[in-house]
Amino acid sequence: MAQTMYEKIWDAHFVHQEEGQAALLYIDRHLMHEVTSPQAFEGLKMAGRGIRNTHSILATLDHCVPTKMADRINLPDPIGAKQVQTMMNNCEEHGLTLYDMESRNNGVIHVVVPEHGFVHPGMTTVCGDSHTATHGAFGALAFGIGTSEVEHVMATQCLPQAKSKTMLVKVDGKLSKFSTAKDIALAIIGKIGTAGGTGYVIEYAGEAIEALSMEGRMTLCNMAIESGARAGLVAPDQKTYDFLEGKEFAPEGEAWNQALNYWKTLPSDADAEFDKVIELNAADIAPQVTWGTSPEQVIPVNHAVPAPSDFDTEGKQIACESALEYMGLESGTQMTDIEIDFVFLGSCTNSRIEDFRAAAEVARGTLVPDNVTAIAVPGSYLVKAQAEKEGLDKIFTEAGWEWREPGCSMCLAMNGDQLKPGERCASTSNRNFEGRQGKGGRTHLVSPAMAAAAAAAGKFVDLRTLEKT
Amino acid sequence: MEKYTKHTSVAALMNRSNVDTDQIIAKQFLKKVERTGFGAHLFHDWRFLEDGSPNPDFELNKPEFKDAKILVAGDNFGCGSSREHAPWAIDDYGFNTIISTSFADIFYNNCFKNGILPIEVDSDTLKALMSEINDNEGVSFTVDLENQQVSTPGGIEVKFELDGFRKHNLLNGLDDIGLTLEHIDKIDSYEAKHKANFPWLWAS
Repeated sequence: MAQTMYEKIWDAHFVHQEEGQAALLYIDRHLMHEVTSPQAFEGLKMAGRGIRNTHSILATLDHCVPTKMADRINLPDPIGAKQVQTMMNNCEEHGLTLYDMESRNNGVIHVVVPEHGFVHPGMTTVCGDSHTATHGAFGALAFGIGTSEVEHVMATQCLPQAKSKTMLVKVDGKLSKFSTAKDIALAIIGKIGTAGGTGYVIEYAGEAIEALSMEGRMTLCNMAIESGARAGLVAPDQKTYDFLEGKEFAPEGEAWNQALNYWKTLPSDADAEFDKVIELNAADIAPQVTWGTSPEQVIPVNHAVPAPSDFDTEGKQIACESALEYMGLESGTQMTDIEIDFVFLGSCTNSRIEDFRAAAEVARGTLVPDNVTAIAVPGSYLVKAQAEKEGLDKIFTEAGWEWREPGCSMCLAMNGDQLKPGERCASTSNRNFEGRQGKGGRTHLVSPAMAAAAAAAGKFVDLRTLEKT
Repeated sequence: MEKYTKHTSVAALMNRSNVDTDQIIAKQFLKKVERTGFGAHLFHDWRFLEDGSPNPDFELNKPEFKDAKILVAGDNFGCGSSREHAPWAIDDYGFNTIISTSFADIFYNNCFKNGILPIEVDSDTLKALMSEINDNEGVSFTVDLENQQVSTPGGIEVKFELDGFRKHNLLNGLDDIGLTLEHIDKIDSYEAKHKANFPWLWAS
């Protein structure tokens, strides 16, 4: 019978199902960071249980780590420092690979894992982090779990799982040079809503998806969770294999050929049926900006802020009204007339080398106005080193940006980098929730190039109208 | 984990949709390495004013909702981050039941690991439940897990769907990990086969 990629991966990892219970699914890779794991280690210890496969785990420090060098040596926040130390102790005690702050491999978990080829096509991958969906870019079934499940996977290498429904999101046509994977992701969420994918695993396919780089596919799958989906998937192809080949954890020699043969069997069969199909044309996707406090509250940059009466359900009307109040916006205002105070270029969504190249291209020769702060936070030390090798750091600093050390930083503002109440930020991260970037902070989600254009102008700019002088 | 039994408790109303886990438990409280004490920080930014005093305009600060164990909220409750600190905070604050039209996937899973019952109802039912609370703040609803039913003094009786395995675990307060480990032989033999089929997964 014809199968989707999700069904193939599911079948290959199915361990057992007791009647009336959830299926047990085997987990190949377990990623960890300091925020969602300490209670899981504590739970293991209290139950007298060990870790079944320490080689399945790769850990990093990213959420709490400061992005200013002086603060990394001496963490200013004692509670954050304790969490970091706890992670280091737990990894040491169990012999787990940890990219700590002194490691040249340190960075945001969903950036460093692909850099080392730790997740391959067809693998099941989990992490106590909703943006685990990122690794679906490799054709791996990757999803976020809670801390109890982190403990469960450590103890058993399995998770009880209910099978998801399947959704095909087909994006045909060609993306304009001003739009990116981020704009595709936001346009999809705008179309289906933040609960549109609930209960589904999404497979992204079509001409525009095939045309994306691996970085672009990571950005797209990263935001699958923002549409409510359990995971996002892109079929592996030559780009996937080229990306993985030669990486530290990629198979070598005969094993590479064996793996490659298997990976090529993974894409959905041509006649496989999905429970739901959504279609978009990439040519219609303009650069996107969110105006509200949910990623589904998004519009093309050349549009105006909507009014509650533009929505058809009472729930959405109420949500619009409260978002406008929180965001300090009036309906009818052109997005390109909205001034900003802050720009954040970073996060597991958009902090890979391609993102810095795209932003630098726009930032080159511009100057951030005095009343705007712009920070560039690479996703990892490897990204940082590559960007510096290409001279991108100079482009940013000469344009008045701050060039920081890697970390999650202002994506969730746990590490001290945050907005002040009322400040408005153009951000390349993934969530524009109330208070996400600091209490009272106002977040607008955009692509890296859009962020750089906003940094230069002090307000949102339609990239398509930008003339280089 | 405590067993979930039939109970009649005050139902609090939170008429907001897309309540996200950043609102449920803000990031500044995620740095603790313990599981306890998060209730004091539940809905922090909505619940407290700048000076730390309770915000009188926040719905859960109404005295009528003080002892509520049931939270009735708008669509897509618990969206966003995977943080289990969210259900920890909800549990620690005193809620053991959330009623909405839909829940975000990871949050929904996390509830069951912490003895919290998330109940999905259709939007007409949710409206009716909300208006009953609106008309009579402090009203108590009865939740009967065994019979999968919510009933109210106003005469609403609604059945809800729930996975049988999750129901069993909740009713009996069972530990998921222990249940999985009962199948350790199956895991061992799967793993041996998996190693033979995909040897490169174990090379490092």
